[in-house]
Amino acid sequence: MRNVWLIAGKEFRSYLTSPMAYIVTFIFLVLSGVFFVLYLTLGNYNDTSIRGFVDPLAVFGVPAPGNVLLLVFGIVLTMRTMAEEKKLGTWELLLTSPVRDVEIVTGKYLGSMGIMLGMLVLTLYYPLLIIGYGDPDIGPIWTSYLGLLLLGSTVVSVGIFGSSLTSNQIIAAVVSGAILFGLWLFGWIAGNAPSAIQKVLSYLSISSHFAGFEIGVIDTRDIIYFLSMTVLFLYLSVRSIESSRWS
Amino acid sequence: MIRVQNLTKYYGERLAVDNISFEVSKGQIVGLLGPNAAGKTTTMRILTGYLMPTRGDAYIADCNMTTDSLEGRRHIGYMPESIPLYTDMKVRDYLTFFARLRGLDAERTRKRIDDVVEICHLEEYIDVIVGKLSKGFRQRVGIAQSIIHDPEVLILDEPTVGIDPIQVAQTRNLIKELGKEHTVLVSTHILPEVSIICERVIIIHRGKIVAEDNIENLSAILRGSRRIKVEVRGPADKIADALRRVPGVKRVAREGNYYIVESPAEVDPRSKITETVVKNGWNLLSAETIEMSLEEIFLQLTTNHEETEE
Ligand SMILES: Nc1ncnc2c1ncn2[C@@H]1O[C@H](COP(=O)(O)OP(=O)(O)OP(=O)(O)O)[C@@H](O)[C@H]1O
Ligand SMILES: [Mg+2]
Repeated sequence: MRNVWLIAGKEFRSYLTSPMAYIVTFIFLVLSGVFFVLYLTLGNYNDTSIRGFVDPLAVFGVPAPGNVLLLVFGIVLTMRTMAEEKKLGTWELLLTSPVRDVEIVTGKYLGSMGIMLGMLVLTLYYPLLIIGYGDPDIGPIWTSYLGLLLLGSTVVSVGIFGSSLTSNQIIAAVVSGAILFGLWLFGWIAGNAPSAIQKVLSYLSISSHFAGFEIGVIDTRDIIYFLSMTVLFLYLSVRSIESSRWS
Repeated sequence: MIRVQNLTKYYGERLAVDNISFEVSKGQIVGLLGPNAAGKTTTMRILTGYLMPTRGDAYIADCNMTTDSLEGRRHIGYMPESIPLYTDMKVRDYLTFFARLRGLDAERTRKRIDDVVEICHLEEYIDVIVGKLSKGFRQRVGIAQSIIHDPEVLILDEPTVGIDPIQVAQTRNLIKELGKEHTVLVSTHILPEVSIICERVIIIHRGKIVAEDNIENLSAILRGSRRIKVEVRGPADKIADALRRVPGVKRVAREGNYYIVESPAEVDPRSKITETVVKNGWNLLSAETIEMSLEEIFLQLTTNHEETEE
């Protein structure tokens, strides 16, 4: 565990010293704020909730719940985790230090989750505003944040996996983007698919597992889905590092 | 301390290391000498556990680097060829990170940083951002990183490339100094460098070991001919003739005002040449020994090698 925290700490600090994390957080907050306000005003303040922020595309009536901003910015944030080190060559030092591959991956994951958590904490002023000026249902606010955190964890994990495949950050981002949007869109496609496939698609889809959190429902199966996706892609990252040693 | 047995590495179809075996015993400084693409870096990457071999075994302190890599990695300090650095970190933070990662506690880390900063002369730069250092100082930070945890085995991949001659000399001395307490494997493609730093040299070419011996014996193998480039002003034909008559000279070739004088390695005809030229009243502008290039040596070694094999 010691090595994990060392790498996580180093990762977290390197986010703070590069402008990328600040730019990403800033744009994320601005866009989230826009959607938050849009949802309230377009609905004539009938539904005083943070729905617009939690599920930005709901504003346009897109039936695929989930936070697309978190997806995009999570990928941009994590695309450098390993790709950059490969480009710098420090990857060679990391991989020849007495640390396990799984410790490197877990450390990178925790360090990135630190930033992800920070991003979400900074959005807390939306619910505070709503609570201050309106009379919202508190339940969905809590569960939405739980959902966002779980979604964020999956995004970070997929982002790290993409980054473990290449030394090119753009390629890393494209690969993780394709995986995440695939998983996310399954929910959308599922609606129009034959019923046999529908089951499989919605089981795999991010959006069908996210929907409950938005309306205040906590289902253990949804939690397990996001946690197992996180573990799956962290595991795949470890395997990808291992196989790179045999190349 | 370092043992390599029938090591072979393919990158896909490309054969990079071809069935090599060698050993470095505790406390030795051994040079891995070879031209570009010889397989030096590949060998070192296998020794450090960064890559797995296709066939054969590499051992560090009796740990097999395929099956027991994690334990083996505890014993090594490594400076890769590209001198990788976290460019946005301060030198101190960079060294601290790797010290901690290699198992040092906070207090020992502080102490070791003081030590290596002194050894590598980094005092003034310890709180500078790594990305702002010049190439020579980056290279020192690279070495400092490799010795921060005081490893038993040091593996340095071309540590003197791209720095100025004064720093090259300093670095060579530093490596020699480190060799007193560590087992060192250092790669280079500069022939004189191994004779300065190393006790023993392994010459590899196209993934194969073509020669392996201590420095003295190896120079005997290499003892072919000596070539001296002399610059003389005067009547060309007469000069060439006169040079040919100097005792020990085997052959003379002319290139403008320059004459390439070849002689057996054990005779040094320079003083005789000077005498001859001066006696005839010509102007001797310069005379210097031409180092045999690494390529020529490999040519010689590989041909010798094949001859003896037959
Ligand atoms: N990652 C890789 N993928 C494919 N081929 C590689 C890879 N690394 C090295 N090679 C090939 O393996 C051979 C040996 O390369 P290596 O880097 O070990 O040589 P070297 O002796 O270190 O050369 P140099 O003096 O140029 O550093 C070369 O032909 C090289 O092209
Ligand atoms: Mg090399």
